[in-house]
Amino acid sequence: MTSPLRTPLYDEHLAREARMVPFAGWSMPLHYGSQIAEHHAVRQGVGMFDVSHMRVFDAEGAGATDFLRTVFAGDVARLAAGRALYGVLLNENAGIIDDAIVYRTDGGYRVVSNAGTSERVHSWLLHHLGDDTRLQPRRDLAMLAVQGPRAIACLHEATGFDAAHLPRFAFAWHEGSMVARTGYTGEDGVEVLVPAVDAASLWRRLADAGAVPAGLGARDTLRLEAGLNLHGHDMDESTPPTAVGLGWTVAWGEDDAPVRRFIGRDALERQRRPDEVLRGIVLEGRGVMREGFAVTTERGEGTVTSGIFSPTLGYSIALARLPRGSKGACGVQIRSREVPGRIVRPPFLRSNE
Amino acid sequence: MSETPEELHYASSHEWARLEEDGTVTVGITDHAQDALGDIVYVELPDEEQQVEAGAEAGVVESVKAASDIYAPVTGVVIAANEVLEDAPERVNEDPYGDGWFFRIQPDDPGELEDLLDAAAYDEMCSEEE
Repeated sequence: MTSPLRTPLYDEHLAREARMVPFAGWSMPLHYGSQIAEHHAVRQGVGMFDVSHMRVFDAEGAGATDFLRTVFAGDVARLAAGRALYGVLLNENAGIIDDAIVYRTDGGYRVVSNAGTSERVHSWLLHHLGDDTRLQPRRDLAMLAVQGPRAIACLHEATGFDAAHLPRFAFAWHEGSMVARTGYTGEDGVEVLVPAVDAASLWRRLADAGAVPAGLGARDTLRLEAGLNLHGHDMDESTPPTAVGLGWTVAWGEDDAPVRRFIGRDALERQRRPDEVLRGIVLEGRGVMREGFAVTTERGEGTVTSGIFSPTLGYSIALARLPRGSKGACGVQIRSREVPGRIVRPPFLRSNE
Repeated sequence: MSETPEELHYASSHEWARLEEDGTVTVGITDHAQDALGDIVYVELPDEEQQVEAGAEAGVVESVKAASDIYAPVTGVVIAANEVLEDAPERVNEDPYGDGWFFRIQPDDPGELEDLLDAAAYDEMCSEEE
């Protein structure tokens, strides 16, 4: 095994005594002492995450729009410059290769996708690339997420940039960085794509302005409370978006418009109402639900795909693949006990956005 | 750097055991263990008067990361469980050898403590694990 990659903020993490763990080929901070304290910092104030392991591609050229309208199930033709779209890349069977955000820049598009799928996504994009589109992986960039009710004020203090005017899923440029009003926590905030050489100085300025460094552990509990899927756990190449609560990201097109032939469309047409769907579970007894635990519902058996102890709520919550139509009470097998739970629709928290 | 008090006995499964003056044995998990587990969110303790056996499962500790079984370091009867942990499991992180204790056993044979590791041997085992 090759040694894990380091982000431009690696030394900052070490300086703050982060617990570093291997993650998708990268050495990343799991926490800086207390994952729960970091979680609360984001819900109550402002936290910052190094997410430089996320993969960034720029797609430019005359064919870029058609290319992305083919490989992405959302329709990028709807995007004005300065706006972004969340959606999925599908394989021919309508399974989710990855979820991603596509940004419409002045010269083309920027795609930000997951670390764990980066090789698969890169080769998939190259495979479908035409002569009139250039695909440029941007390994020269770092990415910081600043999240929480004080995120906008903190960014303003640290950089002089006021993101308050940016609508959700809009972005702007500031001193060579792309600042987008996006995130993965259910809180207000921004994600900043910054030249790698400037990343450490931005990180320190944000820290000086009160941003609490937060690791992958808090990122996971925050996203799950917000009901956001994680690729490789709640969805993968065997699940169509309609089975994991992401049917809304698919743009089928208007009835009178020419049909857009995005990859996976035909297979997805046949899976608009799959037998299994993703639902939330709130545990009503003691214990913590974990990935892989069996769930019993009135409609049959299911499986937990992500489970945590929710720091905000004080009990365990999970996403689970359940038979369509499951609702009400369920039982979760936690080691030797069956613990009662209740099936809900995510998110688990009312958003502060 | 985690702490390993000299006067305690240690199981290779990361519990500590302390012989009290009244002949009972207090059990908890080590500083090394709480640090490796991360924030602890839930502790399942044995019932009072429950018979436990050395090396057998006697409880569960759940952290943000994972669930781990707790093993009894000696055979005997549980005479107390630390109820504070029910509402404040974070005590295990904050004070693993004090407020964060798990349960107390009336041992059948206090001599069993000598089968456990001393502080130096436990530290050596942990450094080999890393």
